[in-house]
Amino acid sequence: MGPLVPDVIGNQLNLVVALFVGIAFGFVLEQAGFSTSKKLVGLFYGYDFTVLRVFMTAGVTAMIGVVALDHFGLLDISQILINPTFLWSAIVGGIIMGLGFVIGGFCPGTSVCAAAIGKIDAMIFIAGSLLGVLVFAEGYPMFEGLYKAANWGNVQIFNTLGMSQSLFAFLLTAMAVGAFWGVTVIEAKVNGKMDPEYKSKKLYYGLTILAGVIALSAFVMPDRKDELMGSIQDKGFVTNYNVNEMTSDELAFRIMDSDQKLQIFDLRAQKEFDSLALPFSARYDIQNFFDKETGKKLSYRNMKNVFVANDEYTEKQGAVLAKELGFHDIYVLKGGLNGFRKDILNFEQPGEPKNRRETDTYRFRNEAKTTIPVLIKEYKQKQAPKESSKPKRKLVGC
Amino acid sequence: MNNPEKYMNPYLAGFLLGLTLLVTIYITGRGLGASGAVKSAVVAVVQTVAPAHTESAKFYKEYYDEHPGNPLKNWLVFEIIGVVIGAFISGLVSNRLKLTLEHSPKIKSRTRIAGALIGGALFGFGAQFGRGCTSGAALSGMAVFSTGGLITMIAIFGGAYAFAYFFRKLWL
Repeated sequence: MGPLVPDVIGNQLNLVVALFVGIAFGFVLEQAGFSTSKKLVGLFYGYDFTVLRVFMTAGVTAMIGVVALDHFGLLDISQILINPTFLWSAIVGGIIMGLGFVIGGFCPGTSVCAAAIGKIDAMIFIAGSLLGVLVFAEGYPMFEGLYKAANWGNVQIFNTLGMSQSLFAFLLTAMAVGAFWGVTVIEAKVNGKMDPEYKSKKLYYGLTILAGVIALSAFVMPDRKDELMGSIQDKGFVTNYNVNEMTSDELAFRIMDSDQKLQIFDLRAQKEFDSLALPFSARYDIQNFFDKETGKKLSYRNMKNVFVANDEYTEKQGAVLAKELGFHDIYVLKGGLNGFRKDILNFEQPGEPKNRRETDTYRFRNEAKTTIPVLIKEYKQKQAPKESSKPKRKLVGC
Repeated sequence: MNNPEKYMNPYLAGFLLGLTLLVTIYITGRGLGASGAVKSAVVAVVQTVAPAHTESAKFYKEYYDEHPGNPLKNWLVFEIIGVVIGAFISGLVSNRLKLTLEHSPKIKSRTRIAGALIGGALFGFGAQFGRGCTSGAALSGMAVFSTGGLITMIAIFGGAYAFAYFFRKLWL
């Protein structure tokens, strides 16, 4: 599951990845013609819309790719850098960059690309951009207020607009395709002739249809998360799902035995967990099962993953979700923690044992009743200094 | 020497660029960028020239908090070195390697030099506010549905269109 950094690819190797990514990036930009300011500013004067074509195609391709990878569970979106939104800073910065674009004829990426093939104007542009950053750095105390104003956090556009991710992806793709047709008409008018590159109507009708199909597929790929969360709300589905059960006695035995193969996933609210946490347990929200971190924990080999909650049904919802996500060795605590309390923690012997089996059970439960609370206390003390918040990967943007 | 080859079809180029970005996100969890490398370069230069200054001024302190270690040992710096190599290879295979100062025949070289310097400075300055440029904020932001990235994108292109009329003599 992506992203591969830092687990599969280390931070050192990541720099090598950066180099190769850059080579591909630079090669494509140059091949597309982004190494000449004449072509770049054509966008703003209507004679060459190459920038719009390349930029929008790339943006839509990557966006739909991200949706697809997320849908198939290949990429953990919560681990991806979503550029943060600082409203005023984004607007003011963008407008200043726009002004820089029409005066300088490049943007930073394209200027590097153009300089690499010998454009002196691009080299000067780079020198200018170094100066621009320096001015910002030295005047930072003056700009900091605007720079940090209106911090909306790492919000995503479909949430800001209040629509689904699929609808936004579809609308943006439709807009892009519409723009491609529109600008081709404008370009032909401004230049007085049609660029032969875009003359083949058949090819472009075909591509339009293809883009339409791909954009529509965004709807068939609702966020996998939503889909699965929906399915565990279905009572019949959850009830009939076959999940391994573990009895209170077995769980108690494994806890007392310090079974190193035991992992308890506690699905209760934080407050309840704080008041009584079983040894070997950690608290999870059902949402956490989509995270890479939790996924890693659930995939350890030969572990018994026991899901606990007050009632068995809630446990089962979590277990069904985990199994649907492809994890193995999932157990639910039979009767839930309510049962565990009754059978073990607050065990009251109902009477004299009637047979051998009951004798053993009662003896064990009486022993567990005194031992487990001690283990719970010890576990709590051991956990106390630990921070509950998980370390997040620190990623900083451009 | 042969004539330069014609450019790649923009939709094909866009598709390839999109794939590059997608692979980058899948592997590294972050997008592409350019102005971040410029920022690292500035920090590295100032650090060498005036080390005491970088220890006291707030901008550099915040930079070090976010990027501990050598400012040049940075993902975007390596990526930009790659861009130089990639663009050079592309220029080589398509016969476009040539040292020139490109400008509209109607303006003097001097004017183009001044334009490039001022435009670059504005872009570098604006990219700090935008927390990224056309690549880092606009393109990569779009791929991950970032609200800020899309706002910056609209502001860049909207701003450019708004100002284009006043600078038409530089280009047309």
